[in-house]
Amino acid sequence: MSPRKYLLQNVAPYGGARTSVLLADGVIAAMGADVSDDEATIVDGRGLVLLPGLVDLHTHLREPGREDAETIRTGTRAAAMGGFTAVHAMANTTPTQDTAGVVEQVWRLGREAGWADVHPIGAVTVGLEGERLAELGAMADSQAQVRVFSDDGKCVHDPVLMRRALEYVKAFDGVVAQHAQEPRLTENAQMHEGVVSAELGLAGWPAVAEEAIIARDVLLAEHVGSRLHVCHLSTAGSVEIIRWAKSRGIDVTAEVTPHHLILTDELARGYDPTFKVNPPLRTQRDVEAVRAGLADGTIDIVATDHAPHTREDKDCEWAAAAFGMTGLETALSVVQETMVDTGRLTWADVARVLSETPAKIGRVSDHGRPIAVGEPANLVLVDPDVRRVVNPDEQATKSGNSPFRGRELSGCVVATFLRGRATVLDGASCDEDVVVRR
Amino acid sequence: MKHLLSAADLSHKQAVRILDTAGQMAATQAREIKKLPTLRGRTVVNLFFEDSTRTRISFETAAKRLSADVINFSAKGSSVSKGESLKDTALTLQAMGADAVVIRHHASGAPHTLAHSGWTHGAVVNAGDGMHQHPTQALLDAYTLRRHLTGAGDPSGRDLAGLRVAIVGDVLHSRVARSNVQLLHTLGADVTLVAPPTLVPVGVEAWPAEVSYDLDAAIDTKPDAIMMLRVQRERMSSAGGGFFPSPLEYTRNYGLDARRLAAMPEHAIVLHPGPMNRGLEISAEAADSPRAVIVEQVANGVAVRMAVLYLLLSGSGATTETNETKVDA
Repeated sequence: MSPRKYLLQNVAPYGGARTSVLLADGVIAAMGADVSDDEATIVDGRGLVLLPGLVDLHTHLREPGREDAETIRTGTRAAAMGGFTAVHAMANTTPTQDTAGVVEQVWRLGREAGWADVHPIGAVTVGLEGERLAELGAMADSQAQVRVFSDDGKCVHDPVLMRRALEYVKAFDGVVAQHAQEPRLTENAQMHEGVVSAELGLAGWPAVAEEAIIARDVLLAEHVGSRLHVCHLSTAGSVEIIRWAKSRGIDVTAEVTPHHLILTDELARGYDPTFKVNPPLRTQRDVEAVRAGLADGTIDIVATDHAPHTREDKDCEWAAAAFGMTGLETALSVVQETMVDTGRLTWADVARVLSETPAKIGRVSDHGRPIAVGEPANLVLVDPDVRRVVNPDEQATKSGNSPFRGRELSGCVVATFLRGRATVLDGASCDEDVVVRR
Repeated sequence: MKHLLSAADLSHKQAVRILDTAGQMAATQAREIKKLPTLRGRTVVNLFFEDSTRTRISFETAAKRLSADVINFSAKGSSVSKGESLKDTALTLQAMGADAVVIRHHASGAPHTLAHSGWTHGAVVNAGDGMHQHPTQALLDAYTLRRHLTGAGDPSGRDLAGLRVAIVGDVLHSRVARSNVQLLHTLGADVTLVAPPTLVPVGVEAWPAEVSYDLDAAIDTKPDAIMMLRVQRERMSSAGGGFFPSPLEYTRNYGLDARRLAAMPEHAIVLHPGPMNRGLEISAEAADSPRAVIVEQVANGVAVRMAVLYLLLSGSGATTETNETKVDA
């Protein structure tokens, strides 16, 4: 049985002029208003926006180790439902993704799952302990071809170790993605330090603990001439530091999460651990600043920091709960609602911040490509005109810790194509198709 | 009022009503037979995840004086120390038929979580959660202030309008300070927080209180009452956060001693939630002076907790809120 062809009729690439797009043999075979194919499955694309398949630079898939919270299969299926065709799997698994063996296993499980390409992120230090470098070269040379290295969840806080990591990964064009959190300033920290934490009696996570590390790291990157990626920046001050660093020509990129674009620390008032996340939700002023930073290009990308947790890890008192929230299936909607519906980004900008630039940062060559004939058919079709109420119980992710439960958000993913194969069609995952064809 | 979780939840009217009810309860405690039949057949669980002798005994005494059955559940020596969660503990107590759960927990917000989780249907009384709230302490402090400082005669119906209260010590880690700032403000008092800057939280600017770093200057403004907070000695060590250089320096700058006591207005009183660190935040002369009402606070604590349990659990208490709402409308 030859792979199915799809003819996407009357779709709007990047939200622009309508056309039809034929997907065949894993690539975009033809484009144009008059394209037709008798064998192709027709997808009625009226009113739909066509974007390159989304690329997430920051996903926690939890496998190996915490398969009770998420597996590579459930996590990548959630990714497909959210319009992603590639995800970068964070290194804080058990065992840690700090050897060629573990990253190859994750990479292979991703291929077998077939929902989205999985690019493992390698740990910077052995066991994320922050003491000595992991075998970065071995991970880079492995089948997984790791290019992004991060101790995410923990900060590479030792300045010498950070310097060495920044220098070392130049040999294979890698990048260190820093989780910027000064550990001493954030001992036992539970939420953003400010008016709300003072009232709630929860230990504060001050903005300066993030900003101090970012300031140090951009200067280190400048000094050794390396590129640096800053994970999930969350404060107005961080945006200013990145803006300053870029104006100096420092090779730094930065990401913001969907939740930091829309949620604030006020949500901690109900002590619902769904809203406990690291870095913490900040103030409205910070939300405005990260939106402005994303709009003017200071912040390069949106990455989900999808962090699934089991119910028992969230169904408890705030201090005992785990940090993190899911995000793969709501990211595009949040970006649309906060940035597109408000006129601050075009759909072409969305393609840039959620697909093209994350692929470039991760050195992923076959994603984030232009929508053009001959390019890999990694695509997502979005209906921007619907509004939907988020129900985590109906999501593909194994975990229910979405901060958007019961909230109405803009837009939904209608279809996702990975190398010309539908992983999502009519807003539903193509389970059978993926299982048969992977 | 279904629960008592935070002093911030209390309206002026509710707070005065609790103080008035406490006054009635206190009157019964002067009788030879102190026990009232009010809560006969009701079960109050003291759920203590953190060591506390005086607060637990105070709640236990209050519940017993109202004829409730009391179950004391402390984390030590219970299944909690074997890793049972707050949720399972609460479900167990619910299955045993607790009408009220008095909870002390090291995690800020644990009583809030308990009250809103559906794990228990009983009334939840916050007996101290982390650095967050200790509302019955604030109520007993307000009750004590009202008795001493609002003039002669039955203080029923009065609030604390115009009184000036200085709260001195480790504000940052203090649930007593947070509760008192809110309740005293609700009742019309003016609050000044006095502490070294390291022991004042970032974000305090949103609180309805002044902040001073100078105890002598605060005393010069002639407060009607000074409330001393317990300061843990270990807060000075670097492991404890290094909040001040030494206990000696703390005592010199923020301790209430005989000299500062003498500088206070004649009518002013001294409060302390206990347990005291004599020689650190308060000297023996100050603690044992006639102006210290620290022992009386303990007695008032029982009356206030009787009032809270009564209002939360008695049939009339449960419906009072709706009746009052109707009257207001």
